[in-house]
Parts: sequence; structure tokens; C-alpha cells
Amino acid sequence: MTALPTVSSMSMLLPFTLLAPLAAMLLIVFLPKEETKTIKIVAAMGMLVSLVLSLYAFLNYQWEPGGMQYTLTIPWIPDLGVNLALGVDGLSLPMLLLTNLIGFASIYASWNIDKRVKEFFVLLLILIAGVMGTFIARDLFIFFLFYEIVVIPIYIMVIIWGSTKRVTKEYAAMKLTIYLLIGSAFLLVGMVALYLAAGANGNPTFMFDQLSARQDLYSPAFQKVAFALMIVGFGSLISMFPFHSWSPDGYAGAPTAVSMIHAGVLKKIGGYGLIRLGIYVLPVGASFWAPYIATLAVISVLYAAFIALAQKDLKYVVGYSSVSHMGYVIIAVAALNPTAATGAVGMMFAHGVMAALFFSMIGFIYEKTHTRNIADLGGLAHQMPRLAIGFMIAGMASLGLPGTVNFITEFTIFMGVINVLPVHAILGIAGIIFTAVYILRTIANVLFGPRRAEWDHLTDIRGPELVPLVIFGFVIFFAGIFPNVLLGMIDSGVTSSGLAKVLETVSQAKIGGLF
Amino acid sequence: MFKEMHDLFQWAWLIPFLPFLSFLIIAFVTKRSKRLSSTISILAILSSLSLAVAIGLGVIQSGEKIVEHPAIVNVNWLNIVGLQIDFGTIVDPLSAMMLFVVTLVASMVQIYSLGYMHGDEGFSRYYAYQSLFASSMLGMVLATNLLQLFIFWELVGLCSYLLIGFWFFKVSAREAAKKAFITTRVGDFGLLLGMLFLYVKFGTLDFVALSAAMNTNIQDVAVIGTAGYVTVMAFLVFMGPVGKSGQFPLHVWLPDAMEGPTPVSALIHAATMVVAGVYLVARMFFLFDHADPMALQFIAGLGAFTAIFAASIAIAQDDIKRILAYSTLSQLGYMMFALGVGSLTASMFHLMTHAFFKALMFLGAGSVIYAMHHKQDIWEMGGLWKKMPITGTTFFIGVLAISGVPPFAGFWSKDEILAHALHNGHPIIYGVGLFTAFLTAFYMSRLFFVVFMGPEKKENHPHESPWSMTIPLMILAFFSVFGGFVALPEHNFAFFIHYGTFHHEPIAWGLAGISVVAGLLGIGLAYATYIKKAISAEKVAAQYSGIYKLLKNKYYVDELYLWLIHHIMDGLAKILYWFDIYIVDGVVNGLALITRGSGRVLRRTNTGQLQTYAMVFFFAVVIIFMVFAFGEGQLSALNPLATLGGVK
Repeated sequence: MTALPTVSSMSMLLPFTLLAPLAAMLLIVFLPKEETKTIKIVAAMGMLVSLVLSLYAFLNYQWEPGGMQYTLTIPWIPDLGVNLALGVDGLSLPMLLLTNLIGFASIYASWNIDKRVKEFFVLLLILIAGVMGTFIARDLFIFFLFYEIVVIPIYIMVIIWGSTKRVTKEYAAMKLTIYLLIGSAFLLVGMVALYLAAGANGNPTFMFDQLSARQDLYSPAFQKVAFALMIVGFGSLISMFPFHSWSPDGYAGAPTAVSMIHAGVLKKIGGYGLIRLGIYVLPVGASFWAPYIATLAVISVLYAAFIALAQKDLKYVVGYSSVSHMGYVIIAVAALNPTAATGAVGMMFAHGVMAALFFSMIGFIYEKTHTRNIADLGGLAHQMPRLAIGFMIAGMASLGLPGTVNFITEFTIFMGVINVLPVHAILGIAGIIFTAVYILRTIANVLFGPRRAEWDHLTDIRGPELVPLVIFGFVIFFAGIFPNVLLGMIDSGVTSSGLAKVLETVSQAKIGGLF
Repeated sequence: MFKEMHDLFQWAWLIPFLPFLSFLIIAFVTKRSKRLSSTISILAILSSLSLAVAIGLGVIQSGEKIVEHPAIVNVNWLNIVGLQIDFGTIVDPLSAMMLFVVTLVASMVQIYSLGYMHGDEGFSRYYAYQSLFASSMLGMVLATNLLQLFIFWELVGLCSYLLIGFWFFKVSAREAAKKAFITTRVGDFGLLLGMLFLYVKFGTLDFVALSAAMNTNIQDVAVIGTAGYVTVMAFLVFMGPVGKSGQFPLHVWLPDAMEGPTPVSALIHAATMVVAGVYLVARMFFLFDHADPMALQFIAGLGAFTAIFAASIAIAQDDIKRILAYSTLSQLGYMMFALGVGSLTASMFHLMTHAFFKALMFLGAGSVIYAMHHKQDIWEMGGLWKKMPITGTTFFIGVLAISGVPPFAGFWSKDEILAHALHNGHPIIYGVGLFTAFLTAFYMSRLFFVVFMGPEKKENHPHESPWSMTIPLMILAFFSVFGGFVALPEHNFAFFIHYGTFHHEPIAWGLAGISVVAGLLGIGLAYATYIKKAISAEKVAAQYSGIYKLLKNKYYVDELYLWLIHHIMDGLAKILYWFDIYIVDGVVNGLALITRGSGRVLRRTNTGQLQTYAMVFFFAVVIIFMVFAFGEGQLSALNPLATLGGVK
């Protein structure tokens, strides 16, 4: 244990953040399974600790000088160069905060679960911890480890607590799992290849910054192949066309909390990985594939938006909508410039908050009405005004209404993309029209219209059920009205992490290229 | 002197902030108390009105200085690599005028709503929306840059959506709200693009900085690129106003927007929000000025077309609010073509007078609808002047004002628009404008004669509306009578609000005479038709039944759009969905089947699907890994197995 570096209180911040839900999980394991109320409270407390710590980390992070902070490095498998290296910078800190916001709210969105409560919250907490781990890892090996942890609880949760609609929940669970596994298989290959190439100087490492610093060891041909593996792996995770089809089915089958976490944060590991590992480590490969990725991204945006128009199930609307929105993130990644990268991370945060709010509201609707079929709903604003407000906020954020964080992040993306990929950008921006159409149709058909007597017995959301609405509503507007809080931090991350410098080398900027 | 004024102007942010505060208070604290909510909202908007008046007087006192050097306050809002945006307030004569108009009409409407919305279940919610709208609209007026303007622009759109759909239990209101939002969104798509290109090119969206950059760099091809670039941006930016200000072909949402409560129509869909597009073009006039002349010509042409197009529809409508809505569209076209012919002054002047008399007429119509227990068909009304003297008289003032009868407000502004059209070399536009003036006088008089004169209908028992509703009518009537006199003094409207250098132009009395005649002809024709019955409207309609049907059905534009939406857009959606399920997913499921099949072949004892897949992945990984390890030249230098195993 002498190898341990001196551990200051700050460097324990991230481990504590990570361990709080796991501690709660362990506590729940030892609770009797009839104590459902206690179980829920313990889970909420665990997540609250984690949320407060990550919020503290967010507010206390020093933009100057930026870079990785709250770092902790413990050599783990020295022979392989694996370190238990944790730390966050302006790119990962928003994602960490997002994970905790959604994690905390997802406990409350699951407040009314009554089937195998103990197992549910145990798995949920493992899932949240796993996602969190991917964002605070500074070591590729650790990153991958956490990513694999995530797969198991999701599969079980969909199978047991999921719902069968267009497809069976077993099919949905299988599809989700397989895609995650396919992604990770490709990533594993890419990771090992990268590791071998970087270790050519006899000093093997998995550390992101080290891998990035050794670019002279990667030939262009290698970068191209390795990046291709990444884009398949991360691309299917972020549901890029044509690897998207797990997403609507998966969300539809999954219980609310899983949909929230999956659409809210898990998916973002794809975008985060593309930036942290793809561009940062393999810029030449990224710039080779960028035009193809951008094209697939634009197809994602428009294709999924159109399909969302034809959906009858609420969760499918949001599922396809998230495929469409992630298209913007991918196109920003492909633009390869700091502004777009800032927008991409910002949009991942914004979309995460919005999607989690949307899924939690849909979860409540389903719980109360036992249907998600849009045609069977209608006029819910009469009986459930508070739920209607939450649904409206999510919808308005989704269509990028100014004042919500989603607008300004989308705008940043457009700004970064438009002079690099003007045609892609214009086509992508046209997506905002169709987004408005399907969102407003959904809102109109679910919330508005004449009062329906069959829903008169429903009670509006109240008590613990209000937590997701309050948290996400606040974040959506606060970060939308004061965008510097979020985007300023990401911007500092893009600059101080060295990403901006890497991007400079492959910059595609051609000013006035359109005319 | 100016120093002190500047101190005053720094407080302009309070004007939008107070209503916003009121919105928050109503939404989070007082929504259970109807009286408290409405009181807070009205107090907030009256405070804003007082501030706007103070600032307006300050601007008038500052005279030339403020015309050349607007009082600007900016704070940083967003600062990242490649995107710096400020938020701030700009006080110049243009914004001061708008502040006054918006706060005045908003105050009147909110007071009026005390009566009109009395007893409505969503009374507090209504005032919350009203406050939010006032705040957004005022924020938009004060915006110092295009992005800030766009943000508030969308927020007024949101308020419009919420207020059109205020009675959300009505299917028609719900659909109208949706339609308004989506239609304007089409225009916003262009505006957004224009904004992005402007920033790419000039590195700023600040109005003052943009204008300066264009002035200095307009000849510099290296900076501007081709002149065509600016023109493209001008057209893109103009798409926003086309949607917001209901220009053809995106006008379809405005008549449907009448599903909202009538005071909302008066405030949002007549006096303030719909003129946002006109205001934007005025603010960005330097852009259109620097673009190819065809940009302004296009605006003039489209505006004139919208003016006559909407006016022609208005003569065949029967719903009191829809007549007013088409009239609004037509008048917006007027303002737009005034800009197109190069007269920012005339356009803004008409914007102001129109806000007074159209808000007056909408509120008057609301008073009528209130008295008629929500009947809106003009043919079910009649002889209301006697029963509702205040409403009738004030409405008549509105009719005279919009018809351009001197000395009412509309006379001055309409005359100025037409005079500029002719002087700046647009005789066809002038002709269209003149004919529209005739049509306008005709259909407004038709409305007035049918509703307020003629025989009473005995099934109706109308009463004059309460004071809360009639006092705002009287105040607006006052401005509709005297509002046009600002054209007269030496430091007149044009002195303060103009583009380029200011020339004192005398009023062209001769031309004014012609347009007055056109207006009187319209009124006379309506009188002959609907009072004297010298001309039979039914016979005319029967004789030209084709045209009548075309007008009555609004040229079938809605039908065309519906067809496009239901057949093209939704059809494409269904096709793509089919493609997604059967092709994209089909491939996935097919692969799964193949995998399963080969799994069975390879390991007959193993039936668990997950393991099968895991095995296939493992093999895939191994194979790809082998290719890496031994295929690529670079990697084959390594001994992967030794490294992987960790064996030393």
C-alpha cells in the first residue's frame, strides 16, 4: 500500500460520489424485502449524497487552469499499465452531474414500484454507479470495465419490470443487450489495438491523455481502422443510423427508470466516448471518417424525426425523437471544431435532462392510465395539470424553445457546424420544423382536447412524484437562461483538456465555403 | 442633460422584468387567488407603462443625440470559443415608440380582460400568460442583438401558442394553437439560418456592430464575399417575418388564431406580436439596404400582394373576428410593403396607428361578442349601436381610422405609405395599395353597418359592457383619433424614426386627397349595399359565384396545405417507418436468426441465446484482433500475445 499517493480530501471526492449509491445498495441488500418504504428512502439518500457531491464538484471546479481535477490515481495492474485513475474536467463533469441528476430523479420516478422492490433498487443503483464510473474514469481500461457493468442490470430490469407493447419485453431486452454487447465488442478490439500501438515504446498505458499524447505512434492507416471500430461501437450506443433500431424498442420495453437512465445518460457514453477517445486520441482517423459520419448523422436527424411522426405509442415518439436529437450531437462531433464540440457535450446534457423528464412523465401517465397509446389518451391537462406542465416543459425543451438549455446548445452546435458542413447543417436544421410537428401533435393529443370522463378518477402527480419535474424543470430553465454556467465549463474543458489543440491539427474550417 | 437621461435609459430592463416577475409570482404564489393574480399583473404592466412613458419623454427631450447615438447597455450572456453573445437593452426612438405602444395596449387589454374573462376557470393562468407575453414582447423590443431578439421572438410565439389554446378543451383552439406554432416555425427556420450565416461572416449579431461592419466592409469582397451573400442572408432573415407577420404564403395561422380569447387577439394577433416581423425588418433595415435591390423589391411585392389578397378574403367572411383577422393580415402587408419601398418611417408610423385602432376594434368586437353571448356571426347581429353606445361609437372611430378618413390616425400613416410608394418609383405598388384602401374601407364599413346599424334582432338582448371594458375602448379611441398628429410638428415622427439621413418632407395633400376619396368610396359602397340596399349583395355573390366561393374559401390555401401535410409528410413518415421496421430491423433480426442458426449448428447442446451471441462476439473479436495483430504492417512488429498475457 505504500504505492498509494498521498490522498487529499479533494481526491476522495469522486470515489465517494461513486461509492455512495453502492453503499446504499449494500445497505438495501441487508434490508428485509418487505421494508419497501425504507428501501426507497435508503436508495434516495444514497443518490442524494452522490448528487450533492457531484454538484459540489461542479461548482467548485476551477475553470482556470481547468484540466483534470479531483484526480486520484492508484496503480492497479502495473504490468499492463492499468491504473485506477479517476478525475473530471469540463467535458466529463457535466456528464457526471447529469448522471446524478437523472439517477436521483429516477428513484422518485420509480416510487410506485411494488414488484420485487428490493431487487429493483439494487439493480438501479448498480446501473447508476456503472454509468457514473464511465464518466469519471481517466483510464480506458476502467472506462471499459464500468461500461460492461452497465449491461447486466439493464437486461434483468427490462425482463422483469418491463412492458410488452409492439414487441415483447424479452425481445426488447435482448435487443438492447445485444447492441450494447456488439458495441463493446468493437470497442474492445479497438481498445486493445490502441493499447498495443501506444505500448510500442515499451511503456504500456491505458490513460486517455497518454494515449492522446502518443499520436506519432499511430499510422494514418491504423487511425482509420481504429476509429472505424470506435464509430461502430460508440455509434450504436448513441443510436446513429443505421445502428439505431434498438433504441425505440428498448425504451418502449424498459421500465421508466431504465428508460430515463438509458436515454438520459447511458446513450451519451457514445458521444462522450467519440469525443474523449475518438477525436482526442485518433484525430486523423476522425477527420477521415467525419464526412461519412456527418451524412449518417443528418440521416439520423431527419429519418427519425419523420418516423416519430408516424408513431402511436408515446415512448416510441420519444424514442425516435432521441435518435433524431442524437444526430445533432454526432454531426457536431463530425464538424471537428471546438465550438461544435462544446455544443455536442452541452446538447448531451440538455437532451439528457429533457429525455429523463419526458420519460418520467410518460411513466406516470402509463402508471395511472395503463396505456401509452396516444389515441386512447387526451385531455389529461384537465385531471393532471401538474403532469401536463412537466410534459409541456419536456416537449418545449425537445423542440428547442429558447429559454430552455436545449435551444442554446443546439444553437452552439449549428454555429460550429454551419461553416464546416453547410449542406449537412442546413438539412439538419430543417429537422427543427418536423420536431415541432411531432412534439406539438403529441402534446395536443395527450394533454388537450375535451375532458374524458374515463380519466376523472386519476390523481395528479404529488409528493415524491414531483421530484423529477422540479429537478429537471429547474435545470432546463436555469441552464437555459444562464448558459455560461454549463457551456462555459464545457468550453474550458475543450480548451484545457487539449481537445481544442488536437482539433486544430485536423481543422476543416473553410470560411465562407458555401458561397 | 443627456447624462441624466442616460441614467434613466439604463433602467429600461425593468420594463420587461416587472411583468416577468409578475408571471413568476402568479405561477408560484398567487395562482389560487384570482383577484390577487390579476391585480399583480395589471400593476406590473402599468408600472412598465409609466416607465415606458418616462423613457419616451426622455427620448423626445434628447432629440437628435438619441437618434444618432442610441443608449445601449450590454452584459455578457454566453462566452465560448466561436460564440460570444450579449444581452442588453437598446433605447432609441424606435424602441421607445414600440415600448409605449406595447405597454399601452397590453395595459388596456389586461384591464379589459377583468371584465371579459370574469368568471373563467383559468383566470389566474390567463394573467400569468399575459404577463409572460408582455415580458417577452418588451424584451424583444429592447434586444440589442439578433439572437436576443430571436429568443424573445420565440417566447412571444410560445405565449401566442398558449393563449390561442387557452381554452384547451376546445378541439378547434387546440388545433389552431398548434398550427400557429408550426407555421411560424417554418419561417423561423430561415431566420435561424440567416442568423448563423451572419455570425459566420461578421462575427457578431449585435445590431450596431453588424451595421457598422456592413458599412465599412460592403465593398470588401474578401470580407463579405460576393454581394449575393448578403442578399441570401437578407432573404433568409426575411423568412422569419413572413411567418410571424403573416405574409403570404405563411399567413394561414393568423385567422385560425382567433380561437383564442378576444382580448388576446387584440393584443397579440393585431397590435403587438404580429408586428414583430415588421419590427425585425426595421431593426435590420441596414441588411436589406446593403443587399441587392431585389430583396427590398421582393418585400414590397410580397407585402402588397398580402395586403390585397387578405383584403379580398375579408369582404366575403361572416365571422366578426375573422374579418378583423384578415384585415390585420392586409394591414401587415401594408407595413411590409412600406418597408419594401424604402420608407421605414411610414411603416413604423402605420404600425403604431394600426396598433391603436385595430386593438380598439378587436376589443370592440369582444365587447359585442360578450354582449351576444359568444355569437360571432355578423348576420346574427344588428342595430347594436343603440344598445351599446360606447362600444358602437368607439368602433365607428376605429372604422374611420382604418379607412383613412381625416383626421383620424390611420389617415396620416396610410397616406404616408402611399405617398412614399409613388415617390420612390413603385406605381404598381401604389395602385395596389390604393385599391386595398378602398377594399378595406368597404369591408370594415360592411362589418360596422351590419352589426351596429340596421334592424335589431329580437332574439338578442345585448347590454353595454362593464366599465372595465369600455374605459380601455375610450382610451384607445382617443389615440385612434389623435395618434396621427405626431406627423405634424417640426420634430415629428419621421425626425425621430427614419433610416439614413432625415429630410423634412411636407405632407402631399394632393395624394392624400386621392386616398381619402378611395376610402370614402368604400364606405359609400358599403352604405349603399348594406343600409340602403340599393345593391343586392346576394345578387352580386350569385352572379360571380365562382369568385365568391374562392374568396369565401380563402383561395383554398388551407386545403392545399392540409393535403400536403396529410399525404406527403405523413405518407413519407409511414413509408420510412415501414422501412425502419421491415428493412433496418429486418436486417438486424435476420442477422440474429443467422447467428442463432449457426449457433445451433456449431454447438447443438447450447441453446441459450445470450451465450450463443456472446460466443459469436468472442469469435468476431478474436478474428478482428488477429487481423490487427498480423495483418497491419505496423502492428505485426509487436508480439501481441506476450503483451496481452502480461507474461514477462
